[in-house]
Amino acid sequence: MKEIVILSGKGGTGKTSIVGSLAVLAKRKVLADCDVDAADLHLLLSPSVKQESEFWSGQVACIDEDRCTECGLCQDLCRFDAIKDFRVDPVACEGCGFCLHICPVEAITIEENMSGRWFISDTKYGPLVHARLGIAQENSGKLVAVVRQQARQIAEEQNLDYIISDGPPGIGCPVISSLSGASLALLVTEPTLSGMHDLERVLGVCRHFGVPAMVCINKYDLNEDNTRQIETYCSTQGVELASKIPFDNVVTEALVRGVPVVEYSDGRVSWEIGALWQKVSRVMYSKQEVT
Amino acid sequence: MIISIASGKGGTGKTLVATSLALSMKDSHKVMLLDCDVEAPNDHIFLKPVVTGSEPVNILVPKVAEDKCTYCGRCAEVCAYNAIAVLGDHVLTFPQLCHGCGACSYLCPEKAISEEPRETGLVEWGHSDGVDFAHGKLTIGEAMAPPVIRKVKERTSSDGTVIIDVPPGTSCPVVEAVKGSDFCLLVTEPTPFGLNDLALAVETVRELDIPCGVVLNRAGVGDASVEEYCRKENIPILLTIPLDTEIARLYSKGIPLVEGLPKWKGSFLELLDRVKVLIDERNRNLKR
Repeated sequence: MKEIVILSGKGGTGKTSIVGSLAVLAKRKVLADCDVDAADLHLLLSPSVKQESEFWSGQVACIDEDRCTECGLCQDLCRFDAIKDFRVDPVACEGCGFCLHICPVEAITIEENMSGRWFISDTKYGPLVHARLGIAQENSGKLVAVVRQQARQIAEEQNLDYIISDGPPGIGCPVISSLSGASLALLVTEPTLSGMHDLERVLGVCRHFGVPAMVCINKYDLNEDNTRQIETYCSTQGVELASKIPFDNVVTEALVRGVPVVEYSDGRVSWEIGALWQKVSRVMYSKQEVT
Repeated sequence: MIISIASGKGGTGKTLVATSLALSMKDSHKVMLLDCDVEAPNDHIFLKPVVTGSEPVNILVPKVAEDKCTYCGRCAEVCAYNAIAVLGDHVLTFPQLCHGCGACSYLCPEKAISEEPRETGLVEWGHSDGVDFAHGKLTIGEAMAPPVIRKVKERTSSDGTVIIDVPPGTSCPVVEAVKGSDFCLLVTEPTPFGLNDLALAVETVRELDIPCGVVLNRAGVGDASVEEYCRKENIPILLTIPLDTEIARLYSKGIPLVEGLPKWKGSFLELLDRVKVLIDERNRNLKR
């Protein structure tokens, strides 16, 4: 079983549209939406939820006003400025529990927070694990870990070939949680200076965690000079270019209709995504042969 | 006045709006731009600032003096992040997991734990032709953006207008970047993804009790659902930017919109005026 995670660094380069199409093209797979902050994959796959679970995590300190003598020790020691006027700011609180241990009158407790939900759904393309982090919550990395673990379990139980995950933007906590231990990271970039800058950063994270990467240039014809630069960059870095997808409004049209673009159109975008999947699966297959 | 630029969904045009607003204002206002998207900072590509200073961002992580340690295990017991463990007569620390709360060193009965800085990012500041600028960069492989964002926000100037470019999403880095703002501009696009993530972003800023308005980018494709949502939720659409290949080309080359197409400057100044009116209205209502 191979796990492929789609990342980009910069947001809005087309990760979810591509994953939606891979959902159509790949056989014997489970899909995972690891962008738990702003999950969108369900908008393309029309899932029917089979199982819904609460995600309890993220602890927050709570001060018992009756017991509190307002000595101020917790306020002085909190490194996150989360206690003001003997009240905890739940947004600033990191749940470290330092205050609980030092309160001389034991007026502080730590409370568990229901900080999100996760779902196992059926789609016509196969099972989907997705989640929704509560608003302004921490621990997106831990919720991503739950989504991946559930996807892995489904893949093992049903003896599937692939886990395909839609990753979050950026390079921080939820990205690291989506990436570590995956078989391949497919990095979707666009030929803008911003896209190129962020591609370098996310490729750095892949290297850091030892996950092999391939690159896909989306909307490559938006700036062909930049596209050539990305191609050169990839070859100097020894990273394979999986595909170049042209800009086309059909991607947005498909999205408005809530269907993956390869189902909506048989134009060049769909053809290129088809070629992308062939290349990625071939790479996965050859790696399987070697190892 | 602090105006933050957020979005929920990535790639909707936060950087475009933040840099355009700052550059439109600079001749008539004192303005500062803080790029708090420390995982993927891009504003410097457009502003090309002269960097005049920088400072590393450190987290204080435990350092155990084993000659003083009695392996009592108190540090491991109080650590909420499993960043320190005691196994027999060994103490193991996992600096990557440490949030730097300081509990272990404070609570160690033998005073065997001191703290040492571990660099997790860098803040740089400077100026770009009339715009004061600062941004943060999370070190590759590091997980925690909020400490870097906090450090960038320490540069916030007490006068003039401060524009904050916020990372995408709705979780802790977003909250860290947005909190304390007088107004939040939410940039979105007229697609189902844009709508879904706009609604999440609206919930986030409402949770923080920050007034918001929408910038609708790439208008002309997609559908009318964002506009319908804004009408229903009573959120003003303060600026509409059409889907335009010229705008996209300028963006791809790192050329600020208001330099490549100066006619946009007026639109961003109008946007600023609208935001000011909304902030004033709200302040009057709060006083009542």
